[in-house]
Amino acid sequence: MIPEIGQFALVLAFLLAAIQGTLPLVGAARRIPAWMALARPVAAGQFVFVALAFGCLAYSFVTGDFSVANVATNSNSQLPTAYRFAATWGSHEGSMLLWVLMLASWTVAVAMWSRRLPLEMVARVLGVMGLVSVGFLLFMLATSNPFDRLFPVPADGRDLNPLLQDPGMVIHPPMLYMGYVGFSVAFAFSVAALIGGRLDATWARWSRPWTTLAWCFLTVGIMLGSWWAYYELGWGGWWFWDPVENASFMPWLAGTALIHSLAVTEKRGTFRSWTVLLAICAFSLSLLGTFLVRSGVLTSVHAFATDPRRGIFILAYLLLVVGGSLVLFALRAPKVGGGGRFEPVSRETLLLANNVLLVVACGSVLLGTLYPLFLDALNLGKISVGPPYFDSVFAPIMAPLVFLMGVGPIARWKEARVPDLWALLRWALGVAIVAAVVAPLITGKWTPLVSFGLFLSFWVVAATIVSVRQQIRHAQGGMLVALARQPRAFWGMTLAHLGIAVFIAGVTLVKGFETERDVRMAVGDSVTVGGYAFRFDGVTDRQGPNYRAMRGTFDVSRNGRSIEQLFPEKRVYLSQQMPMTEAAIDTGPFGDLYVSLGEPVGGGAWSVRVYAKPFITWIWGGCLLMAFGGLVALSDRRYRIGKRREQALHGGAGVAAD
Amino acid sequence: MTRLLLLVMVMLASGYAAADTAQPTENDPLAQSRAVKLSEQLRCLVCQNQSIAESNAELALDLRRQIHEQIAAGKSDADIVDYMVARYGDFVLYRPPVRATTALLWGGPALLLVLGFFVLYRVLRTRRTAAPLPALTTDEHAQAARMLGDATEHGR
Amino acid sequence: MNKRLLVPLGIFLAIAAFLFAGLSLDPREVPSPLIGKPAPQFRLAQLHDPGRTFGNDDLKGQVWLLNVWASWCVSCRIEHPLLVELARANVVPIIGLDYKDEPELGRKWLAQNGDPYRLSIVDRDGRVGIDFGVYGVPETFVVDKVGVVRYKQIGPLTADALEKKILPLVRELSKS
Repeated sequence: MIPEIGQFALVLAFLLAAIQGTLPLVGAARRIPAWMALARPVAAGQFVFVALAFGCLAYSFVTGDFSVANVATNSNSQLPTAYRFAATWGSHEGSMLLWVLMLASWTVAVAMWSRRLPLEMVARVLGVMGLVSVGFLLFMLATSNPFDRLFPVPADGRDLNPLLQDPGMVIHPPMLYMGYVGFSVAFAFSVAALIGGRLDATWARWSRPWTTLAWCFLTVGIMLGSWWAYYELGWGGWWFWDPVENASFMPWLAGTALIHSLAVTEKRGTFRSWTVLLAICAFSLSLLGTFLVRSGVLTSVHAFATDPRRGIFILAYLLLVVGGSLVLFALRAPKVGGGGRFEPVSRETLLLANNVLLVVACGSVLLGTLYPLFLDALNLGKISVGPPYFDSVFAPIMAPLVFLMGVGPIARWKEARVPDLWALLRWALGVAIVAAVVAPLITGKWTPLVSFGLFLSFWVVAATIVSVRQQIRHAQGGMLVALARQPRAFWGMTLAHLGIAVFIAGVTLVKGFETERDVRMAVGDSVTVGGYAFRFDGVTDRQGPNYRAMRGTFDVSRNGRSIEQLFPEKRVYLSQQMPMTEAAIDTGPFGDLYVSLGEPVGGGAWSVRVYAKPFITWIWGGCLLMAFGGLVALSDRRYRIGKRREQALHGGAGVAAD
Repeated sequence: MTRLLLLVMVMLASGYAAADTAQPTENDPLAQSRAVKLSEQLRCLVCQNQSIAESNAELALDLRRQIHEQIAAGKSDADIVDYMVARYGDFVLYRPPVRATTALLWGGPALLLVLGFFVLYRVLRTRRTAAPLPALTTDEHAQAARMLGDATEHGR
Repeated sequence: MNKRLLVPLGIFLAIAAFLFAGLSLDPREVPSPLIGKPAPQFRLAQLHDPGRTFGNDDLKGQVWLLNVWASWCVSCRIEHPLLVELARANVVPIIGLDYKDEPELGRKWLAQNGDPYRLSIVDRDGRVGIDFGVYGVPETFVVDKVGVVRYKQIGPLTADALEKKILPLVRELSKS
């Protein structure tokens, strides 16, 4: 019964989305207030039914209703409850339902927090989001129905892929999808502005908090994916330039460019067309990611089971949505110009340079990801593009960007004079260079790359300190008071930039100083990695809820003193007979110790991998700091303008036509 | 604090891998690191998203053994890579070869960068010569003063 | 309308065209670099007669098929009936390469499922397989009269592949 309710709810949601995607848009074009006013309640209704459908599927999973094909394929009676719930989005169909739920959530959020926007704008934004929803709901109903039944009902399910039975798995897709889908808001705002012909600084201000919030989620989602791969896959890697990783990274790069471009448009009213184009691109890249994962066009560990029918549908959808919005852009983008002048050296220019570098980086990742497909389609051979390509192409583009990141917050709008900038920044540059040269020397291992990475990191920190001092130089009261009075937008930027510095430091130090030993260990053998001794104390059998494990015991000691024990496991999940490596990791703020069991090599001995990874936690920490900075920035007071002030402004302004 | 010191020691010690009683999977540490480096550059054809170094597939184990043997036989890195490419094609390389067909791949990013900065340059030029915004009229000045006064009343 | 505003659309359409082409391609398929090159040198013991060997030169002057199989390989069972039928038609000699297998298990498997091979050879450690660029079992190679590899079938043989690609090729190669 419940699955049928879910199915029915999906159909209703589809119908509501269709209404949401048509009537308000027509209402805005023909100025029919009643139709425009429909947008909010219909959006709320769509959310209710999508949530109901999701609830029904989740219920089917948690209660183990194996008559639902999706549950039978992805769950198992011995699967722990938390993972049964997470399995709701562990398959293609389920994850599509999660996507649609996220989209409905964002839609209803926009409906709720847009009281101060003119109704016409709201109608258009919600209308566009409704159209996006319609496509996905239709896709689900037509090709990927999660509520399909299975006869005869199997006694038990095939179990969730063991790789996904993990806390990280529970949270990574929802975060990621919140980000992906969140860019649809910026997209909707852009398309609405193109349709309505109103594209100005105010539009940028409305879009900005939504875009920043989506960016925050995407940052956390990507970070979780990276962290999860690190501790789950068993060989200490955390970024592989896998096509689906790239598919999430490209919208992030475009999104980062977008939030900086929105800053220019909001503050100075310039580059509106460019910002609109970026918003369309960011969401288009999200959709492209969806296509790549589900169409079978690229190989990836992430890819769901592929079906060419699905691929064609998504591609057609892409053509409609992306192609349509780009046609609209070509027709309706405001003429270049508008907004003030600015000098070649100014904050505007630096932000533009930021955009150029981010877009080129994004383009390069896209090129590398799709290139094998290009060659194969043109019958020019089969190559693979792996991490060496991306590493060698990405870092040189990012390095100047990070350098400019130090200068940007200090440069003034419209005109910044180089002598002034130099005067402010020269000590920061000096400190950074000295620290970068000296720090690796202390550890006894100096390489140019480590030094350069540390230089970038120290530079950002030093330049940020300069920018904070600049910001409060005219303020009255003590330093702490002055700092507290700075707008949250400033703090957000500062924290996010510091997050990048932390991230770069982490990457540099890990890559420069990590050590690994791949050894064969008999019981009692010891191996030393990074100053710690790891003694193998044998392996015992262990039974988990839905797996059998061989659990190794490793005694870790330092200078002969035992400090802890680590228990890596080799699991075989009963249902799919799939072997899994569970690494044992000792995590600390200054690095990780990582032990992973390989294979038994006879006589009670095992092949073992032991790693020391200094400062790797700074990678995840830096990302979290970035996301936190974004949250702080979007909570800035100017986005929370109250109703009273709103009325006063409208009364006083008069000119600003709605 | 102790953890920090300990991890700094990690970095110090990373240059000096101490002898240990565990048998390395390859007896010569130099050969071992060469083998690891080589296998990190080659794609596992079974899993296709891991290198031979990371993969636990049978073929990956076989190929790693091949690499060890070839190193022991005195082959150079380039020889071993050629050996793999002769049998499995360019697909096995993580780093795409530089050829006519991959010219766009390797040259693309640089090209995009040049293009991007060229466009930036042009935009800056036009900005410079754009007409300045018209000055505010006295009425508009008064309006601005009113709004700013309103703003200070209500806080920042 | 400023023509430059159409550039993003143009780029997108080009990408979409490739994506569409990609839907009919298999990204996991690794074409063999051996096509058009001489088959690798090898000489291995036979499965049913370990005292005797078979090498790549032994069938020079004939077109022959090399089929890589194993007793542990599930997909091999799917293609095996086709091979048995092909052998019965006596069109082309088929040599089996028992890849990374226990010879005893291999013999048992053939006894159970039928033996289409003129003979099978044993590749215990997979070295010959590596030389042939084998990465997934089963695979089938067509070798011509002078010992040059002409075609590789990745994965199980299908009736379609046999009819449309392999048999016509064998016929053509046999004529010359």
